[in-house]
Amino acid sequence: MKFLIMIYHNPESRAIWAEMSPEDQNLGLDAYEALDAALTESGELIASERLAFPETARRVSVRDGKTISTDGPFAEVKEQLAGFYLVDCEDIERATEIAGQIPEAFLGMIEVRPVMGLRGPEM
Amino acid sequence: MKGTEDLLRELAPQVLTALVRHHGDFDACEDAVQEALLAAAVQWPDEGVPDNPKGWLITVASRRRIELWRSDSARRRREETVAALAPAAPEAVPATDDTVTLLLLCCHPSLTTASQIALTLRAVGGLTTAEIARALLVPETTVAQRISRAKARIKADGAEFRMPPPAQLPERVAAVLHVLYLIFNEGYTASSGPVLHRVELSGEAIRLTRQLHTLLPEDGEVAGLLALMLLTDARRPARTRSDGALVPLNEQDRTRWDRTAIAEGTALVTRALATTPIGPYQLQAAIAALHDEAARAEDTDWRQILGLYELLETMAPGPMVTLNRIVAYAMVHGPRAGLERLAAAESAPALADNHRVHAVRAHLLDLAGDHAAARPHYERAARLTLSIPEQRYLHSRATAQP
Repeated sequence: MKFLIMIYHNPESRAIWAEMSPEDQNLGLDAYEALDAALTESGELIASERLAFPETARRVSVRDGKTISTDGPFAEVKEQLAGFYLVDCEDIERATEIAGQIPEAFLGMIEVRPVMGLRGPEM
Repeated sequence: MKGTEDLLRELAPQVLTALVRHHGDFDACEDAVQEALLAAAVQWPDEGVPDNPKGWLITVASRRRIELWRSDSARRRREETVAALAPAAPEAVPATDDTVTLLLLCCHPSLTTASQIALTLRAVGGLTTAEIARALLVPETTVAQRISRAKARIKADGAEFRMPPPAQLPERVAAVLHVLYLIFNEGYTASSGPVLHRVELSGEAIRLTRQLHTLLPEDGEVAGLLALMLLTDARRPARTRSDGALVPLNEQDRTRWDRTAIAEGTALVTRALATTPIGPYQLQAAIAALHDEAARAEDTDWRQILGLYELLETMAPGPMVTLNRIVAYAMVHGPRAGLERLAAAESAPALADNHRVHAVRAHLLDLAGDHAAARPHYERAARLTLSIPEQRYLHSRATAQP
């Protein structure tokens, strides 16, 4: 089963990160590297990326066939997606276990969502 | 071209077992055979199939294995490579048993399910890593990693290419059947759009199970699983509308069912039930056969189906078996009686807020003529399902006029 594990940031979590010592920041980055390596080795990782800051985002809309974009950030959204893991693993329990190894988990800002599939049941 | 592919897939396990039996090192042999298959897939369509295709593949794979060993040997300790090169001790085992041995190794209990599936499809099914990746809708690197991890685990565990002791055999064969069943289900997708170019996994699972049945004709559960696959796959043409929407069993155009597959599946399960110890796959196949035998949905022998589900629930209990048994109970004793059973069953943790419970409740309320009460349960089920076609179906039922 595929799951998207989403890592959220908000101004407080970014402040916590900014106030960390370089050593602690490195520990966090090492944890990411180790998790990536472990999930690659186990054959569960499909993709994982860290996203650029929301300031670099664009909101896109199409009106009358014309594509219009406005620059971010989306000030009204307090929590912003900061990165993700797309994994293919045994079940949601395993996905939850993976999510628990993400450094931001101690801030409670990780969300695990199943990916929908094309397999239909017999009815 | 199709002919070459079929031939290669058929020969793949034979070539691999010949190599492993001679050299012993499963990991390197498997890589070498994979490369020989790729070479054949490129060369044969242009140059023609060699007179002895199996011999050609064994020669090319053996050569490739030595090349792989040479390029790899610098990184290994000498003793290890010497051990790996030593031919395996010859065993007095008939050659036909080798494919079973190979299947047992690929579905070794020390491997994860995902690895068992990938390794079985490659080593026994003769599919390329790229084909497996497309079929499973994951990147090629993910599949490649699962296969190399599986082979490393086999090596680390000291798992050998030989038949397990007879006492362990039923359990090991059961693991193979589980993997084949998962491969079948993986391929039994409802959508007709994005899956057009996928390797047909249901067909591949049927082919491998058929092969296993030929090798173990007296195993009732192997026969049962093959029957179950055939009897389920027989409904495929009627199972989806041209736009990909699911058609429930009672609304399917039964003239479109594959009668040849139904006849074969029914004969298989009938013989297995009469001559071998009864098992869960045989029971599920018998239920599928009863559905397939009914000329119209209203002719279905629900009383027998209910009896089989009751038996299945004692042999292999599970939340889905419970729900199916309740549906059968409702078809025999009426929807209100079924709803009472459902209320009693749903306190089980495995069924708490399960989308199927909501779907079954909605269905039974609909049958009882209470569409207004059914609607919110269809909607709840639609919000909880992970299947896109099922969600479409549940939404359509929620908005349908009674």
